[in-house]
Amino acid sequence: MSRVLSWDRSVFVLLVVTVAVGAVIDPDFAGGSNLGFVLQDIGEIMLIALPMTFLIMTGEIDLSVASTAALAGCVLGWAWQASGSMAVAVLAAVGTGVVCGAVNGFLVTRLGLGSLAVTIGTLGLYRGLCYALLGDTTVADFPAGWTNLGFSSIPGTPLPYVTPLLVVLAVAFGVVLHLTRTGRWVFAVGQSVEAARFAGIPVARLKFRLFVVTGAVAGLAGIVYDLRFASARPDGALGFELAVIASVLFGGVSIFGGVGTMWGVVSAVLFLGSVRSLLQLQGVPGNALTIITGGLLLASVVIPVVAQRWSAFRERRSRVLAAATP
Amino acid sequence: MVDAEPLVRVRGAAKAFGGVQALRDASLELFAGEVHALLGENGAGKSTLLKVLAGVHRTDSGEVTIGGGPFEQGSTRRSREQGVAVIYQEPSLFPDLSLAENVFIGRQPVTGRGAVDWARMRRAAAVLFGQLGVDLDPDRPARGLSIADQQIVEIAKALSTDARVIVMDEPTAALSASESERLLDVARRLRDGGAAVVFVSHRLDEVFALCDRLTVMRDGATVHTCPVAGTDAGEVVRWMVGRELTDLFPKTETTPGDVVLRVRGLTTDGVFDDVSFDVRAGEIVAFAGLVGSGRSEVVRAVFGIDRYDSGSVEVLGSPLPPADPRAALARGVALVPEDRRQQGLFMPASIARNTAVVVLSRLARRGVVRERAERELAAHWAQRLQLRHGGLDQPVERLSGGNQQKVVLAKWLATDPRLLVVDEPTRGIDVGTKAEVHRLLSEQAGQGLAVLMVSSELPEVLGMADRVLVMREGRLMATLDRAEATQERVMLAATGQASVAGEGSAA
Repeated sequence: MSRVLSWDRSVFVLLVVTVAVGAVIDPDFAGGSNLGFVLQDIGEIMLIALPMTFLIMTGEIDLSVASTAALAGCVLGWAWQASGSMAVAVLAAVGTGVVCGAVNGFLVTRLGLGSLAVTIGTLGLYRGLCYALLGDTTVADFPAGWTNLGFSSIPGTPLPYVTPLLVVLAVAFGVVLHLTRTGRWVFAVGQSVEAARFAGIPVARLKFRLFVVTGAVAGLAGIVYDLRFASARPDGALGFELAVIASVLFGGVSIFGGVGTMWGVVSAVLFLGSVRSLLQLQGVPGNALTIITGGLLLASVVIPVVAQRWSAFRERRSRVLAAATP
Repeated sequence: MVDAEPLVRVRGAAKAFGGVQALRDASLELFAGEVHALLGENGAGKSTLLKVLAGVHRTDSGEVTIGGGPFEQGSTRRSREQGVAVIYQEPSLFPDLSLAENVFIGRQPVTGRGAVDWARMRRAAAVLFGQLGVDLDPDRPARGLSIADQQIVEIAKALSTDARVIVMDEPTAALSASESERLLDVARRLRDGGAAVVFVSHRLDEVFALCDRLTVMRDGATVHTCPVAGTDAGEVVRWMVGRELTDLFPKTETTPGDVVLRVRGLTTDGVFDDVSFDVRAGEIVAFAGLVGSGRSEVVRAVFGIDRYDSGSVEVLGSPLPPADPRAALARGVALVPEDRRQQGLFMPASIARNTAVVVLSRLARRGVVRERAERELAAHWAQRLQLRHGGLDQPVERLSGGNQQKVVLAKWLATDPRLLVVDEPTRGIDVGTKAEVHRLLSEQAGQGLAVLMVSSELPEVLGMADRVLVMREGRLMATLDRAEATQERVMLAATGQASVAGEGSAA
């Protein structure tokens, strides 16, 4: 347990250090408007990372989240044009996310297929449906009242409108994971599926619901994405799954399940956003920024192994030293 | 037959893991041509000492020699090269390779042109199996081999590397009576071939039947070494626990109450067939039989882990839905599973978390699990079961086997069950804890709990049960009352052969 604690604490410290260093080398970085920019930039990532943490904690994964978000975004545009009501469009978009998640959950929990394979399949499938729905076109005539939510700030603050949504959901997911029976079940399933079954934990139902919630939140992220860019496009949120999973793993969640904290993941997302922003301010082109997500992903897998070897080495050395000095 | 110079000598070995002193002052002398029993309660340091010989751990201090020279520690490879082979309780063979390939894995004999010499490998494996007196086909794949046969393959592997020291860590814990008997024969052959065999077992009758000398460990130190002849089980147990164990099976007499569990015609094709029985309140009913006779499968089906094809299960007069452990729990049925590490516990989680996991909704207020209530529950049961622990936040993976089993029991007793099903409740745990578990089960039955126990240990079955159900090949062969249940009758029913009946009698 202690190593896990020190992992998520380290990520938080890293975040603080990055912000501090950033403020020194670039005065723009620590400004309020840039904070708003960072929150907007990582909004969808953070949203999806919340339920993804639960999924990975139980030993499952959902790679289709970015495609789900894009499909929900496309449905938002399509339904807006078809119905003329944003309320209907929003419901349709979230509903799309729910259905996408339910399909993943059904295939994984009812048919017993591996979530990696299933969600690689639906990653392609849902993205394909985006093109089937909108073709190569984009929907860009959302009402201004709604798109303002996407890119303007809450009056009197530098914070984008997505901020309260992020705070409320992050707190809610954190509370559920760390304080409730559902959260205990998530840890338990990740540590041993078999023992969980013997303990009467409804493993399949729990996982199914986690897939559905992940789909719903991805749908929500699709709406946030559309409003931010004031358009619905079939290639929206492309590659976001990589950033989401990188953040969750870098936040200290074990890819094998059973280990992790919500604040570690939230710190990791904010760290990712800070580094991206800092590099952008230094003139690094946006497309090169996936280097960061890829790097984080690798780091989260490599660092624990290196740390373990290092501590084993130190233990051995201290023993040799102790033996040498009688 | 025993040389004057020991083949292996461990003197004053100490080893600490973090703050835990696993070995304090361990000593062990092994001579060529002896079977040496290493005894002690769980947590006494046996496994740590064996892992030093296996090259998994290094001692912090103390001296280890082999063949008169220093023993090079800390490398499993070097241990093998120095002639030490360890046979684990559950070997890990390559399932898709043949037995011959498994024996010679990594050292396959080659022809002059560098290709694997299959014929020679097969012949050599057959010779090894012949030496061990077992009939195994070198060409068959390891998949589907019984644990007993897998151990034989491991032993053949050890022989093929000219191992001088063969360590068997609780080899018979998962074996049936006849398989154990065969393994003891193999151990005798190894001894007669001049090897030093270390034999770890919690079954003292085997120790007395097989071993030449014994070493008893307690709290990380060696407390006694002597020839097996001239001592007895009572004395050995006293050395192990450091106190007198008067009542190994403290049976509380009770009058059975209402029928709690009624099973009728339970059948899963090819696994068990037409099994019917009742368990009453206050009664301990034991399932006896050989490993693989279908006992665990029946109780798993009753609890709802597995589906069954036909038949019915009733709890307190109303039917229990199939394949629904949650429904079983809600109706007061608890199952302490066979494999505590895989099925009973969440190994990285704390004692408190493990104890509370089944009763979380009872501990929650407005959906939030009250950590204080969780700790109070765990503290209560830790005290009731005399759990030896380093704080309730300690991960259960750091507890000894016996203490882990106490946590499993605590977790299920905390559900306040009407029917407690226990599958091999004392497998692989030490004598002292065993007695505590028996006392606890007896006590709970005395208070009106219905207990259904699966056990492969006959003394436990005979000592604890009000009634004994004997299974063989998926069928219920006999139901014996406490008065009529004897070792012979149970074995007779379990094996279906008159000749086996007298064989199990202990030394």
